[in-house]
Amino acid sequence: MTSGLTTVAYIGASILFILSLAGLSKQTTARRGNLLGMGGMVIAIVATIALALDQSERPVGVTAALIVGVLLIGALVGTWRARSVEMTQMPELIAILHSFVGAAAVLIGFNSYLTEGHDAVHLIEVFLGVFIGAVTFTGSIVAFLKLSARMKSSPLTLPGRHALNLAGLVVSLGLGAWFVAAPSVLPLILMTVIALAIGFHLVAAIGGGDMPVVVSMLNSYSGWAAAAAGFMLGNDLLIVVGALVGSSGAILSYIMCKAMNRKFLAVILGGFGGDGAAPSAASEGPQGEHTEVSVAETVELLSAARSVVIAPGYGMAVAKAQYPVAELVTRLRSRGVKVRFAVHPVAGRLPGHMNVLLAEARVPYDIVLELDEINEDFADTDVVLVIGANDTVNPAALEDPGSPIAGMPVLEVWNAEQVVVFKRSMATGYAGVQNPLFFRDNTAMLFGDAKTQVEAIVAAMPATEAVDA
Amino acid sequence: MKIGVPKEVHAGEQRVALTPETAGRIQKLGFDLCIESGAGAAAQFSDEAYREAGVEVTDDTRRVWGESDIVLKVRGPEAHPALGVDETELLKAGSTLISFIWPAQNEALLEKIRARGATAIAMDMVPRISRAQKMDALSSMANIGGYRAIVEAANNFGRFFTGQITAAGKVPPAKVLVIGAGVAGLAAIGAAGALGAIVRAFDTRPEVKQQVESMGAEFLELDFEEEGSGGGGYAKVMSEEFIKAEMELFAEQAKDVDIIVTTALIPGKPAPELITEDMVKSMKPGSVIVDLAAEQGGNCKLTVAGEVVERHGVKLIGYTDLPSRMAAQSSQLYGTNLWHMLTDLTPEKDGAINVDMEDDVIRGATVVKDGEITFPPPPPKTPAIAPHKAEEAKPAPKEEKPANVGLKSAVTLVIGGIVLAALGTVAPPAFMGHFTVFVLACFVGWQVIWNVKPALHTPLMSVTNAISGIIVIGALLQISNPSSLVVVLAGVSVLIATINIAGGFLVTQRMLRMFQKS
Repeated sequence: MTSGLTTVAYIGASILFILSLAGLSKQTTARRGNLLGMGGMVIAIVATIALALDQSERPVGVTAALIVGVLLIGALVGTWRARSVEMTQMPELIAILHSFVGAAAVLIGFNSYLTEGHDAVHLIEVFLGVFIGAVTFTGSIVAFLKLSARMKSSPLTLPGRHALNLAGLVVSLGLGAWFVAAPSVLPLILMTVIALAIGFHLVAAIGGGDMPVVVSMLNSYSGWAAAAAGFMLGNDLLIVVGALVGSSGAILSYIMCKAMNRKFLAVILGGFGGDGAAPSAASEGPQGEHTEVSVAETVELLSAARSVVIAPGYGMAVAKAQYPVAELVTRLRSRGVKVRFAVHPVAGRLPGHMNVLLAEARVPYDIVLELDEINEDFADTDVVLVIGANDTVNPAALEDPGSPIAGMPVLEVWNAEQVVVFKRSMATGYAGVQNPLFFRDNTAMLFGDAKTQVEAIVAAMPATEAVDA
Repeated sequence: MKIGVPKEVHAGEQRVALTPETAGRIQKLGFDLCIESGAGAAAQFSDEAYREAGVEVTDDTRRVWGESDIVLKVRGPEAHPALGVDETELLKAGSTLISFIWPAQNEALLEKIRARGATAIAMDMVPRISRAQKMDALSSMANIGGYRAIVEAANNFGRFFTGQITAAGKVPPAKVLVIGAGVAGLAAIGAAGALGAIVRAFDTRPEVKQQVESMGAEFLELDFEEEGSGGGGYAKVMSEEFIKAEMELFAEQAKDVDIIVTTALIPGKPAPELITEDMVKSMKPGSVIVDLAAEQGGNCKLTVAGEVVERHGVKLIGYTDLPSRMAAQSSQLYGTNLWHMLTDLTPEKDGAINVDMEDDVIRGATVVKDGEITFPPPPPKTPAIAPHKAEEAKPAPKEEKPANVGLKSAVTLVIGGIVLAALGTVAPPAFMGHFTVFVLACFVGWQVIWNVKPALHTPLMSVTNAISGIIVIGALLQISNPSSLVVVLAGVSVLIATINIAGGFLVTQRMLRMFQKS
């Protein structure tokens, strides 16, 4: 195969990847988009294998066997993970996959240094690629550990942590200068170690609730790592794909930050939810008394309601309550109740996390609405069920300018006739802010495990009402 | 402590202060309950039902009054027709009476309670603040009154409320005008709307506009600037010009609508006249006016309190006992209000009340305390509904932003341009070729990704994850290198990148298969 044909294959793959991302814009075209992406990948890999065999410096059969063997093992492992993963574990899976891209970028960087010429531009490319790859690698590993609760999700706040990061950067820059001036593998290895430490520390300092931003950020980094690999290998397909993925992650990070009304830099520098924000006087301690309801009273409320909105949060994912919630929705809908979901952009630990969980439980996606689509409608809603959400439904964000979450767009559930909050206890949410919603007159608390409570409600609610003929 | 519930003696009063359901809840606060036989009969609660709820039922009126530490009633005490004494004289010294009292109009009653050395908590004096909503009996009664007003109107109106097109011809919907959008007014709006009528509403307080519109009614507005909110969620008396403009609006509406419900009351004053005789004359024959202010003289002078009369072909309903006409419902809500009041009075849930005069709500409602008149209380200060000040304040800070943003992006562009130019002068041409591809791809990505629905962000991440596994092609080309170190490193990268590709695409496919439309 000639390199001309390879280039053509790469152009085709690039186009397919772009179409794939474009297809994801709507649920109806999303599956086709994903298939186009797969097609692009197959074309790219086949073309590359052909090229690799063509250029092989040892017997073609050996190279081919090596490639096919490794590809097969990788594909088998990937398939097994994809089939066995639970939807609640999606954030962990994505984080660990990011780390793979990071690790691959580091290895390819080293190889590229070992196999190719040592002109200055190439050295800079290698150095940058390895740096981004290493940060992505350990950052994703930490994110994975935090998301799977193998590591405490609260932020790690070392003294002078900003200075540590800065020192790491400065030292890496120095090593970079050394590496370009006198190419040897030692500065490259030293820098890799430092970059790995930076990645670890960076993500360790970020709390659990900021994970949507972190995961999108790492998504972006994995893209830039691929792009950097493209530069060092002079491969345009890698550059195109890296840039696509990088900007995708960047946009997601931006959307998530906007949804929390926080500066990107502030999120990345971390420490939120531990010490950073000084709470205003108004947000300290309980602010009045809350009303409790029982399961039976909630059933009564729901039976009388004509319009119900459910606002899910991370708590629903933790309790794995999406199935009973979906069952509740089916029952309510069979009685002619208008049921909709209100999903805040940062609900959960991954952008779009709630949507996937609800889709898994077979909730039709056209009743799952976004913040802007539903905020106006709360005034016409009879009952709002808040399941495992806290900061995303906190009125203090709009009413208390001194609150740490002031200005964050929130679901204005309190405009509804009645709000029922499913919660374990009166503890504060991720931001550590007391939620005045709980003390409102039209709010009632239903304490206990969300899954058990929703199941109890479903059990107490007859499947279909006696239909009037 | 023992709580007694005597039978209401006011002629026509059908409500009762205790229902079997609220009895159970009150007992949980630690109280013993005793009710006069037949007290709940008019509200469809039998003695038997009370007994089942663990309430003592007795025929002896004097015992109910005399042996109780707390007496729950609907109406304030008055002369007992059967016993020939005033009910206040039956009250045990040092006991507590909880009922409607209307202290401003009933100074003599306060004096009588004071003379008995008792405490009186007036359910009509509960301050209208949000914390006290659960015990606001005026609101719960007004809600029923507003609903019943529409039921009475429908009963006296000879046509449908809802518009229909039938084989026998077209029926236009009835038009209902509700004046005063307080609790009763809003309940009337809701009930009329539910029957299918076209509902319009007017109120002097502009802040209720949203509430009216949320109930599906049209809010009529005057071309006139005047704030009509008094303290405590009530309206105040308006200026003469305002009233003139208002009357013109009503006169115009009277010719058009079929039903008028008036609920305009200003505390402590006779009801304002809103519907003049001329307006009644201008209404279509068969129209109905429900005057909820009939007891205070009526919003229409032609109304007769307690009766339905026909004047100039228009039926005027002046019932003053609308809540009592739905006794089962109103007893239930009033009983719940009383239960909330008792809950606040017994914070320890030990069956002993504590009339805490430091508590704003209890202070407001207590009109006689241990033989001392404590009425009037200090006036409530907070407006019940906050006027929309926030909206006015918001736009100002936003104004200055655009110039700032413009400047910022211009600076960013210039800096970016300089950096690019610098790069162009030093970098080799081969690099610039790749760089062009890179920048263009960034822009393509930027344009494409913004179109992705937030609901699909998780699949987007897993797809981008899978395609960033394209890094495998770099490793694939390196694998054919003769150096074994390079081969091992490349092999590992191919392996993990492949896991990424397969895992990413397949899990996306699995996720997307789950998204389905209803």
